[in-house]
Amino acid sequence: MFKEKLIGYVLSIIAFSAIASLALITFFIFREGFPVMVKVGPFDFLVGRVWAPSRGEFGILPMVLGSIWVTAGALLIGVPLGLAVAIFTSEFAHPTIAQALRPAIQLLAGIPSVIYGFIGLIILVPWIRNYLGGPGLSILAGAIILGIMILPNIISISEDAIRAVPREYREGALSLGATHWQTIWHVVLPAARSGIIASVILGMGRAIGETMAVIMVVGNSLGIPKSVLDSATTLTSNIGLEMGYATGLHRQALFATGIVLFAFIMLLNSLANFLTRAKR
Amino acid sequence: MPRSAQLGLSFITTLLLLGCCRVEGSEGGLTLAGSTSVQPFAEMLAEEYMRKHPGSPPINVQGGGSSAGIQAAETGTADIGMSSRNLKDKELALGLKPIAIAKDAIAIIVNPSNPVCELSLEQVRRIFTGEIINWREVGGKDAPIVLITREEGSGTRGAFEEMVMKGSPISLRALRQDSNGAVRVIVASDPNAIGYISLGIVNEQVKALRLDGVEASVGSVKRGEYSLVRPFLFVIKGEPKGLAKDFIEFVLSPEAQELLAKEGLVGID
Repeated sequence: MFKEKLIGYVLSIIAFSAIASLALITFFIFREGFPVMVKVGPFDFLVGRVWAPSRGEFGILPMVLGSIWVTAGALLIGVPLGLAVAIFTSEFAHPTIAQALRPAIQLLAGIPSVIYGFIGLIILVPWIRNYLGGPGLSILAGAIILGIMILPNIISISEDAIRAVPREYREGALSLGATHWQTIWHVVLPAARSGIIASVILGMGRAIGETMAVIMVVGNSLGIPKSVLDSATTLTSNIGLEMGYATGLHRQALFATGIVLFAFIMLLNSLANFLTRAKR
Repeated sequence: MPRSAQLGLSFITTLLLLGCCRVEGSEGGLTLAGSTSVQPFAEMLAEEYMRKHPGSPPINVQGGGSSAGIQAAETGTADIGMSSRNLKDKELALGLKPIAIAKDAIAIIVNPSNPVCELSLEQVRRIFTGEIINWREVGGKDAPIVLITREEGSGTRGAFEEMVMKGSPISLRALRQDSNGAVRVIVASDPNAIGYISLGIVNEQVKALRLDGVEASVGSVKRGEYSLVRPFLFVIKGEPKGLAKDFIEFVLSPEAQELLAKEGLVGID
């Protein structure tokens, strides 16, 4: 009896260490970042247009916009592609082809982000510079690389959702005379909607959080981006770029950027949770 | 035990266990901290020193940036601070002493295909503030100038701001890269780019511009003609003792100075 309790106790300690580290990280980010947010003023911090820590100017608007542009671009590229693959493998593909495709897609998730960034820098960036103009290091390059990086998230979760649609739904639609495509478009996809939306939101979370690949291809300029061929900085890439040297107020401002990022991700995750639970 | 109490106790124990892990500081030995421009050279010298004095306590070289290094020397966190910029008056007032160990020049680089070979310091300044935005305005072809700068806090950027920008801010539209090497890679691949890097790592992939008619080379730096020269400093508080004194003497010896010259720096005479 005592042994039983002891094991339960030890296991719960182990389980709690995961939560404890989350709690400590959260506590630390807020302790470091909050004072500077108060000092600069939360509003000036969020919509300030100039980031120049050495001159005491901490405005992260260019980075917020950079994150939004790059993430939106990644979704524009990744969602249609990923959804098409998910529909193909779950509805159209011969089982052997689907069997071969699945591990290949999972492999895509296993490639380190620095490799994506490197390929982007060596192949994509010169291509954009030569054929579309601008410095090449641009929002477009970041969006394409991230669009590919979020494919595995979108494909695997959407595919699960599509497969989870009961067989009777399809049979019902087909027996009413709908074609295969009509069945998919009007019955299967609406039924799998919550799962598909969750996959998009998780992909979005991945895109916002990605750092290394983005630093390498977006150019990291601090101007307000005006076109997809402009260079930009994202919230994460700015932290990654500057943390090595940052001290004092500058370092705290990077943590405050972390708070903003934290809020973004929490919002997206709760949204994903809410959407998968509601609207069945 | 009620379930909630058990959970609470587990949570507290976990925090206590996490709290017990303390990082042990290094004892004995010598710690250098500061400029990441100086760091690779200091590491090389430390290795060489250890090789020649087997059994001496370890020499530990850390980065952190010039300002952090100077601060570390002041507070005693590091025995020797490393800086790639001159000390400010208020830093000198704290009783810190700079020891120049070498000189490094900053080269303004462009793509080899760029027809522009020479700029004045004033032109470089106006290019980096964003006043001059087309190569045509400085005698090149009709193409937009792509600025490449370093991230804030970098010693190379600090020295560039001090010697070239003289108080004007670098354009926010400039692309930022986080190392000398990354700046060189971008300039090597973009025909319209301009950047600045340490003279020691200029290679044939990029073209170093003549500045006010003076070529960027070890020779012109030695003759005192090239204007963008910054010191590499060791910063100490008080008189160096023991291992610190030995190591500084080694770094200033002709032998170590020759090693630095081989790596592209200009030695102290």
